[in-house]
Amino acid sequence: MADFLQLVIAGLATGAIYALAAIGFTLLWQTSQTINFAQGEFVMLPAFFALVAMKMLDLPFSLAALVAIAVAMLVLGVIFKTVIVDPLIRQGVLPLVISTIAVGLLLKDGTKEFYSAEAQPFPTMLPDTLVDVLGVKISLAQLGVLGVALATILALQWFLAGTRTGRQMQATAQNPTVARILGVPVERMVLYTFLINAGLAAIASLLVSPIYLAKFSNGETLGLTAFVAAIVGGFNQVRGAIVGGLLVGVIDNLAAAYVSSSYRQALPLALLVLIILFRPQGLLGRREERAV
Amino acid sequence: MSRGLQLALLLIVAAVLVLAPLGLQRYGIYILTLWLVTAVAALGVNLIVGYAGQETLAQAAFLGIGAYTTALLTQAGLPFGLAFLAAGAASFVVGLLIGFPALRVQKHYLAFVTLAFSVFVWLVIRNEEWLTGGVMGIRDIERPTIAGLKLRPAAFFYWFVLAISAVLTFVMWWLVRSPWGRAFTALRENPIRAESIGVDVRSYKLLAFAIGSAYGGFAGALYAPLVEFIDPAPFALGPSLLFLLMVVVGGSGSFLGPFIGAAVAVLLPEWLRFAESYYLLIYALLVIVMMAFCPTGIVGLAKRMLALRRRPAARASAGDTKPLALEEAKP
Repeated sequence: MADFLQLVIAGLATGAIYALAAIGFTLLWQTSQTINFAQGEFVMLPAFFALVAMKMLDLPFSLAALVAIAVAMLVLGVIFKTVIVDPLIRQGVLPLVISTIAVGLLLKDGTKEFYSAEAQPFPTMLPDTLVDVLGVKISLAQLGVLGVALATILALQWFLAGTRTGRQMQATAQNPTVARILGVPVERMVLYTFLINAGLAAIASLLVSPIYLAKFSNGETLGLTAFVAAIVGGFNQVRGAIVGGLLVGVIDNLAAAYVSSSYRQALPLALLVLIILFRPQGLLGRREERAV
Repeated sequence: MSRGLQLALLLIVAAVLVLAPLGLQRYGIYILTLWLVTAVAALGVNLIVGYAGQETLAQAAFLGIGAYTTALLTQAGLPFGLAFLAAGAASFVVGLLIGFPALRVQKHYLAFVTLAFSVFVWLVIRNEEWLTGGVMGIRDIERPTIAGLKLRPAAFFYWFVLAISAVLTFVMWWLVRSPWGRAFTALRENPIRAESIGVDVRSYKLLAFAIGSAYGGFAGALYAPLVEFIDPAPFALGPSLLFLLMVVVGGSGSFLGPFIGAAVAVLLPEWLRFAESYYLLIYALLVIVMMAFCPTGIVGLAKRMLALRRRPAARASAGDTKPLALEEAKP
């Protein structure tokens, strides 16, 4: 039982990271019709920004982390929006989808060529010591990951539901035309979505890299997991992505321990097929209407 | 272009393709054969992306299914012809199985399911060592023998692949021109309207995906004897993404697109030898620029330029080539 709880907590910790990536992905899809197939690379890259800041600028980890988040918001938020998405969305959905796939390739191979093809060790915020909580041994680092991820999610939820700007963003996501008529600065809201997505990806990157090491090819699995988390939870809302992420993290950890670790990466396919067959709108999703 | 001119052009291209190996070294013939194999797989992707308006991220996985089926069956003593058909059939059936759930829901779900499927196939090939040899792969795959003639020499095998590719190309050409194929265009342009006038959208998309995937299987069946050694690497997710990109670069939804896209994908690494590993970066940049300025690909670009030359007065209407992407109907 103690083992089981330990696995669940470790699963919740990685799941909370997947949730961060999945929330950004969902927000972007809902607000700007951008299906970002480079989302996995968005989570892979910021860790390297932090590594560069530490190695080249000799910054301590805490400062380097802030630098990484800022650079990510600039590059993966503002530049991604203005250079890639804005010109391409005019050409239609398929060209944009294709371009995000190309962006993914670009970031992945760019990291490999210009930084390193080797997996890089990455510092943790909290030491990896075990603490005893009611007889269950839990790693402090995992608790730290869980804490930061949950705090980020709570802050985001508060922002979206509790502030005027957040509610304007939700209005933009649900119906841009009506939002514009009601005086919501839609363009600015879309930009905020890109910034939030980049920020979430950067935090996810800083949290996940100590666990999986920072490697150029991490994006494949991370991206796939984020997509699956978003789909499992249901695309219509942020809550869905949170539940989806946590669930995928826990199932992933349990399956690796009790079923087979060599087929761990096959889990997304199994989950996807199950959810599509039995609950296509996702666990928390609403059915979407179609119009001609 | 008049019909006579088209026919003449086709004959010239056919003649060039048949005679090409006579003027080429062994390696040149290999590249040419690789182009044909890639083009067959790309034809399949084009049916799925260009005609049925779906996205597949698993064509390399189907290539793998075809390649391993062929390698295993021929090494078990079966003739190549049977193995070839089995490769196509296996990919077709697997395509039906994963397409069926994916196409029940909204657009783009096929992309996610094929993405996950890609990872799964790669895992199976790598992990099931008893069957696939794992990372060690399968070596010494024999090239087929026709009527006692061994197709070992590069040129012979090239002609063999050329003949099969020609047949597969003709079948695809007939398919997209048949009433059945025209329904695809209808459902790409407006799926909901197509549905309302009686096109069974879901089964059409499913069949398109399965047939397109079968082309991947056929390409794999030709790929295995071409390279004579297969391991998991060429069937991973990365190559699947490249298949999708090459079709779009060539011009998705146009019949020549896949051939041109395949040529770019096969030749670009050869031309960019000096840039070594940077070629993927250059390719990715090229794709983005292409999508931003000419989403109809190289074929669309060529058409646009021809139109400009032919009627400079009608310049304004040159840009009105049909955009191939579907704008998703907003609720």
